[in-house]
Amino acid sequence: MKLIRRKKRISGSLGGDIFIFLVLGFLGIFMIFPFYFSVIQSIKPINELFIFPPKLYAMDPTADNFVELFRAAGNLWVPFSRYVFNSVSVSVIVTVTHVFIGSSAAYALAKIKFPGSKFANSLIVLSLLFTSNVTGIMTYIVMAKMGMIDTYFALVLPFIATPMGLFLMRQFMGQIPESLIEAARIDGAGHFRTCWQIVMPNVKPAWLTMIIFAFQGAWAITAQQFIYKEALKTLPTVVQQITAAGLARAGLGFAGGVVMMIPPLVAFLVAQGNIMETMSHSGIKE
Amino acid sequence: MSTVKSDAIPTGSVKQSKYKNTLNEMKRNASAYGMLAPFFFLFAIFTIIPVIMSLPIGFTSFNMVQFPKFVGLSNFYTLILEDDVFLIALKNTLTFAVLTGPISYIACFVIAWLINSLGRTLKTIFTFVFYAPSIASNIFIIWQLMFSGDTYGFVNAWLMQLGIINSPIQWLTDTKYMMGVVILVQLWISLGAGFLAMIAGLQGIDKSQYEAGAIEGIKNRLQEMLYITLPCMGPQLLFAAVMQITASFTAGHVGQMLTGFPSTDYATHTINTHAFDYGFIRYEMGYASAVSFLLFLMMIVANNLIRRVLSKYIDD
Repeated sequence: MKLIRRKKRISGSLGGDIFIFLVLGFLGIFMIFPFYFSVIQSIKPINELFIFPPKLYAMDPTADNFVELFRAAGNLWVPFSRYVFNSVSVSVIVTVTHVFIGSSAAYALAKIKFPGSKFANSLIVLSLLFTSNVTGIMTYIVMAKMGMIDTYFALVLPFIATPMGLFLMRQFMGQIPESLIEAARIDGAGHFRTCWQIVMPNVKPAWLTMIIFAFQGAWAITAQQFIYKEALKTLPTVVQQITAAGLARAGLGFAGGVVMMIPPLVAFLVAQGNIMETMSHSGIKE
Repeated sequence: MSTVKSDAIPTGSVKQSKYKNTLNEMKRNASAYGMLAPFFFLFAIFTIIPVIMSLPIGFTSFNMVQFPKFVGLSNFYTLILEDDVFLIALKNTLTFAVLTGPISYIACFVIAWLINSLGRTLKTIFTFVFYAPSIASNIFIIWQLMFSGDTYGFVNAWLMQLGIINSPIQWLTDTKYMMGVVILVQLWISLGAGFLAMIAGLQGIDKSQYEAGAIEGIKNRLQEMLYITLPCMGPQLLFAAVMQITASFTAGHVGQMLTGFPSTDYATHTINTHAFDYGFIRYEMGYASAVSFLLFLMMIVANNLIRRVLSKYIDD
C-alpha cells in the first residue's frame, strides 16, 4: 500500500504537478495578454502607439502618459480629489454594507426555516436570471419619486442589495453542519451572534470572495442616470471624460485604464492571498 | 410571503388554524425576519419593484415619451410569427447556451481544480491570471488586432507565414467565421464569478477527507476529484451554474464589440442584441420587453434543468 504523503498531497505525483503547471501556464498566456497589453500601451510614447502592426513591447518606455493624465486631472473645474473622495467613500460604504447585510440575510436564508424562506430563496435566483432593458427606467422612476436623484444616496443605496453576493454566501453557509449551529444555540447564542461568531469564521473564503465582487462592482459605479451634479460624479466618469478626447489622447486612455485597474486589482490580490491561507478546520464541514 | 406552507403539520384541517399556525411560526422566527430585513428592504426598492413594474411593459406599446398603450399579446405574436431576425437571434442564443454555457462551466471547475493542486503562491498567481480578463479594461482591442481582416491581423499574419492560407480571412465580417471567433472570445471572458466561487469552495474542503479517501483506496487525482472533491462542491456548482447560464444566455456584448452592430447578415445577433436594438435604437420598449421576457423564461427552464442534473450534489 502506498504511503500517505501528509506534507502536501495524498494522491498525485510530482510529474503530474509539473504537467498541470505547464498546461495552466500555456493557457495563462492567453488569459493575461490584454492585461499585459494595456500596461505596455500605457508606457508607449505617442508615436509608438500608432505603429501598425502594434508592437508587443515598448521600444522607448515613458511615464509621459501618466504624467499627462495627472496634469489633466489637476486642471479640472471640480478638484480631482473630490472625485477620488467620492469613489473611495462609495466603494467602501457599498462593500462594507453589502457584506454585512448580505451575510446576515444569507444566514437567515441558509440556516433558518421560516414561513416564506423558500419564496425568498427563489426570489434571489429569479432576480439573477432576470434581464430587461426597462428596469433601468423603472428604477429611475422609483428613485425620482423618493427624491434621490442627484444625491449621495443614489450613488450608494441601489448598489448595496445585489443578489449575487447574497446567493454566494447562502450557498457556502448551507455547507455548515446543523450540529454546529445547534450547539451554539444551546449555549445561548441568538441567531445574529451564531451568524457572526460561529458561521462567518467558517466561511472565510466566501466572504473574501464576496468582497472581491463587491469592491470591483462598487469601484465601477458611475450612476450616470441618477447623477448630474459634477461634484457628485465618480472616478470612472471623470477618467472617461479626460480620455475621451480622441486619438491625441489615446495614450492617456491607456494610462487611465491602468490607473483605474489598480484598486480592484489590489483588493483582489489581498483577498485571494488570504483565501489561499485558509485551512479548513478539521471536522467542521459535513 | 405567507403563501408558502410551513413545515409543521397543521393541527386542524380548517383554513383558520393553518393560518394561525403560520402566524405562530412567523412569530417564533422573528429574528430571521430581522436579519433579512435590511437586505430585503433595499432589494425590494431597487430590484423587485422595478422588475415588477417592468413586467407588464411587454404587453404594451411604449416609446418612452407617451404613456404605455396596452396591446395584449401582439408583441409576442409579431415576435414569433413575423420577426425573421428574432429567429436568427434565437438560433444564435441557443448556440451560445449549449456551447459556451457547458464548456465554460466545466472549464470553471476544471481550471479551479487544477490550480488548487499547486502551492499557495502559485495558486494566487494563477487565479489572478485566469480571472484577469474580468478585471482588465479595454479587452476587446486585443481581439480586434488578433482577428483583424487585413494581413496585419496577427492570426492572418501567422497563418500566411505558415503557408496555411494565401489571402487574409475576414474573421469579423465573413459569416463563416464570425460566430466561431465570438464563441472563442466569449469562452475566454467566462472565468468570472463562478470560477472564483469554485476556487473559494475548493479551499473549504476538509483535508482529512482526502486522507480518509487515500485509506479507502483512492489512487489518483481523477478518483480523488470524482469521489471527494465533486460531492463536496454542490453549493458552489449550483452557484456557478446560475452564473454561467446568465452569462451564456445574455451573450451578445462580445459580438457587438467585435463584429459590430448590426453584424453582417445578423450572424452574431443574439436575443439580448435584439432587445438592445429595439430598446435603445428604435425606442420600442414594449417590444424589447417582450423579447427580454422570453429570454427570462428560457433561462428559468435552463436553471431548472441544471438543478435536476446537479440534484445528486445539492440538497435543496
